[in-house]
Amino acid sequence: MIDVVLLESGGANITSVRAAFSRLGIDATMTADPERIRRATHVVLPGVGAARAAMDTLRGNGLLALIPTLTQPLLGVCVGMQLLFEHSEEGDTPCLGLLPGRIRRFDVADQLRVPHMGWNQLVRIRPSALTEGITNDSFAYFVHSYRADVDVNTLAECDYGQPFAAVVGNGRVFGAQLHPERSADVGARLLRNFIGIGP
Amino acid sequence: MLSRRIIPCLDVRDGQVVKGVRFRDHVVMGGIEELAVRYRNEGADELVFYDISASPEGRSADPAWVSRISEQLDIPFCVAGGIRSVDDARRLLFAGADKISINTPALLRPELISEIAEAFGVQCVVVGIDSQWQDGRWCVYRFTGDPTRTDRAAVDTLEWVARVQELGAGEIVLNCMSHDGVRRGYDIEQLQAVRKLCKVPLIASGGAGEAAHFDEVFRLADVDGALAASVFHSGALPIPALKRQLQQQGHVIRS
Repeated sequence: MIDVVLLESGGANITSVRAAFSRLGIDATMTADPERIRRATHVVLPGVGAARAAMDTLRGNGLLALIPTLTQPLLGVCVGMQLLFEHSEEGDTPCLGLLPGRIRRFDVADQLRVPHMGWNQLVRIRPSALTEGITNDSFAYFVHSYRADVDVNTLAECDYGQPFAAVVGNGRVFGAQLHPERSADVGARLLRNFIGIGP
Repeated sequence: MLSRRIIPCLDVRDGQVVKGVRFRDHVVMGGIEELAVRYRNEGADELVFYDISASPEGRSADPAWVSRISEQLDIPFCVAGGIRSVDDARRLLFAGADKISINTPALLRPELISEIAEAFGVQCVVVGIDSQWQDGRWCVYRFTGDPTRTDRAAVDTLEWVARVQELGAGEIVLNCMSHDGVRRGYDIEQLQAVRKLCKVPLIASGGAGEAAHFDEVFRLADVDGALAASVFHSGALPIPALKRQLQQQGHVIRS
């Protein structure tokens, strides 16, 4: 029995992410209760807005110590993905450190319009259950000003000025910089893949 | 590569989508959710919902229908109409809107842009600008939702474009008033001038009448997206055909 919880990180997209699971027939629970979270089969960390505000909310909700101890598949979305890394340049914020690396702002020097907003193409660079069935060059929806570098944990990359990590994963820890809840069929596929990943 | 966005704009009144010519003689087009889902299925990249009665009635757009749309839509959408405070923005964003668009209230109190950007991030703050050429320069107009109140703002368009970006606008929608509703093409000259100053995404609005106008505005004004209403609502230009044509012309378009 699939039981998805959405961690309350203060992001305005939490209801949209919940609706995206609902369209897949999953009634996801929004919660900050550690006991409830431990019982879930899948944990999602949504987030939009600023990294520091999201970390503060997680701390205030008593989730900072809990998240690293979870054993279920975990998916960070947008800022939620960025929080999985060690540090974000946005507000000089120490993050969860579940994945190595630092989040940095897009370099505006090379004529980039920031935020990176709109539909951009995915290229899978490592096979993973999370990105199964998503064909190369398919479009997903992005809205962000900060990004993770492509590294050994990058499952799919996207190009904006230079390549950045669009989907990441290592063990049970996954992240999507794209917004699966707003990426039409590609986003639905990614969420369906996520709930198909066993504990 | 980042694609150019095709964005239908739906005017909402009393829970229904309406269309009108120059803000008058509104005709009901259908239910909000029904039309939203139809455009999504036809390949719209994003939708804008403009609650046209909110501002004149002194309220902001209704979170109830925003929430219903959010449950059904799996593409991004923006809500406009009567948003005057961080609280107004919060209600709509937590109801599921990805972005909110502010226009006259930002002219009356520019700090509103920074307040919303600080609370929720620049990515959800769209500033709408109604503008046209007047007395040798591009001028910004206020209260354009109510023809009896429309007046010219003190600031001119190019100054305002620079200022809203400093304040935290994450995107600008430039509605070129003299081209709006007449379907003779976007205001390329004005959009080019604004593009030079605009470092955030820029959306063209006003004037779309045929597929060639979209090709022109992407090619000549380098806008990130093109918004249109009547040309889509009337069925004159089906989105799948428009997107195919733009792809054939070499534009990066999501299929």
